[in-house]
Amino acid sequence: MNRGMGWTLIRLWTMLVYIFMFLPVAVVVLLSFNASEFGAFPMSGLSLRWFVELAGNDAILRAFRTSIILGALTALISTTIGVLASLALIRYKVPGQNLISTILIAPILVPEVVLAVALLLFLNALSINKSFALLLAGHVIFTLPFVILVVQARLVSIRRDVEEAAMSLGANPVQTFFSITLPLLLPAVLAGGLFAFTISFDDITGTLFWKPGGVETVPTQIFAMLRNSISPEINALGTVMIALTVGLPLLGLAIARRMSANSGG
Amino acid sequence: MGVEAREARQPWILLSPALVAITFLLFVPLAFIVVYSFWLRTATGADVAGFHLDNWTEALTDRFYRDILLYTLKIAAITTVVCAVAGYPAAYFIARSNRNKGFLLLLLMLPFWVSYIIRTMSWINILGVSGAVNSFLIWAGIINEPLQMLYNEATVILGLVHFLMPFMILNVFVSVDGIDQNLESAANSLGATKLQTFFSVTLPLSLPGLAAGGLLCFVLAAGTYITPLVLGGPRDAMFANLVFEAIITQLNWPLGSALSLMLLAVLGALVLVYNHFLGMAQLMKGMG
Repeated sequence: MNRGMGWTLIRLWTMLVYIFMFLPVAVVVLLSFNASEFGAFPMSGLSLRWFVELAGNDAILRAFRTSIILGALTALISTTIGVLASLALIRYKVPGQNLISTILIAPILVPEVVLAVALLLFLNALSINKSFALLLAGHVIFTLPFVILVVQARLVSIRRDVEEAAMSLGANPVQTFFSITLPLLLPAVLAGGLFAFTISFDDITGTLFWKPGGVETVPTQIFAMLRNSISPEINALGTVMIALTVGLPLLGLAIARRMSANSGG
Repeated sequence: MGVEAREARQPWILLSPALVAITFLLFVPLAFIVVYSFWLRTATGADVAGFHLDNWTEALTDRFYRDILLYTLKIAAITTVVCAVAGYPAAYFIARSNRNKGFLLLLLMLPFWVSYIIRTMSWINILGVSGAVNSFLIWAGIINEPLQMLYNEATVILGLVHFLMPFMILNVFVSVDGIDQNLESAANSLGATKLQTFFSVTLPLSLPGLAAGGLLCFVLAAGTYITPLVLGGPRDAMFANLVFEAIITQLNWPLGSALSLMLLAVLGALVLVYNHFLGMAQLMKGMG
């Protein structure tokens, strides 16, 4: 189909925009395999030496452990709370639905810096100092709206009549939930959990306010290392993070597809 | 208790953990820093409770804070406009492309999964002293000494545009994708040129998406303090950097509270104006 000059220009422009979005990140990955001492251009060859160096860096390994534990706990709590709230909003007629929805997404509407300051000062007044607990509370509160949005979007597509059929065939509500609703819900739960994990794993804005001295997550570790200069080690760390945070959702997407394909057929 | 009463209570039981969490981890803390902003910081470090206007007087009348607030809004506005102008054609292309729509959308989602700090620092590899651009120019013999391209206002904007572009494209895409293409065909068959059709049919109908993307870009840009720290120079501090300084470095929590609330008031006002004219539903469409 010939759509003319304008279309060709728009297509070219779109390609440039995509290159703009991806090229810098691609360069991070490329340079992380750089064999040269300074980790910059020109590249002198390919090597895994910076990854080996990463694996031997205690500070970075600790940061990874902190990030993974924090992300997993955030995902667990946020998804549990979020799925319950989404069920209520999709399955029931609740008075003041709009107001409740707005309240539930309020943590996204408040700038993260302000949220970070408010939570830090309030919990400090309750004698909860900068700690892992504060970090976790913060991460739960700002991942919750995203979980609710994602889970709600998935829940809408689950048909109520399957549950009603189970009930009318004699299953009680608890049986119905575990044998019908939960399996149908699982892709939504997984999607919400993965989303919460990646947002938590990537966060830096709030984390810098909440983290206790000496504790680093991977993003704050990268940030601290940037103070000196960009090193090939940072690029390698970035590459590992990209592999984790891009690979996990893609994996999740694939699993969700397969599961919904199975339950559909 | 009747079945109906139980039915009516169930959603509230399901909602209560989320509502309790948001109340005690967001609303009560926000109310708390309103109170805190009237307290006083003393030299000994202990904050004195009370009702003092000192922090607010300082935050609202000191030229230093006002200038940085205006500078922050300027940076956010430029970022938003650049995202809109550069992102709109791309969003339009994705919405109207027949074959690659799914693939292009999937690609568009990828940057959301790549950490903000990595996307920000990636520009050091490109524009830094030993980055790609300088290395190429030296290799090509165009320059002998590397150019100093980083750590200024332009690179802060560049970093923000890079970070926020996917938000804009996604929101505009949702809007353009929802336009009934028969309207465009109708305009064409009534004699409008392609450009006329675009400006009188497509663009007006996609304004809600453009506004939603614009709001997100502006609010996120105006609230950032990482980008100026990584890609800006010493004179490129934005308002959130002041908040960070007051709270973390100087430990002046009452003043930090007042500054946070100033930022919240300015950005919250924008959200309210947006909500009044367009409602939150449009914003949710782009995120879901």
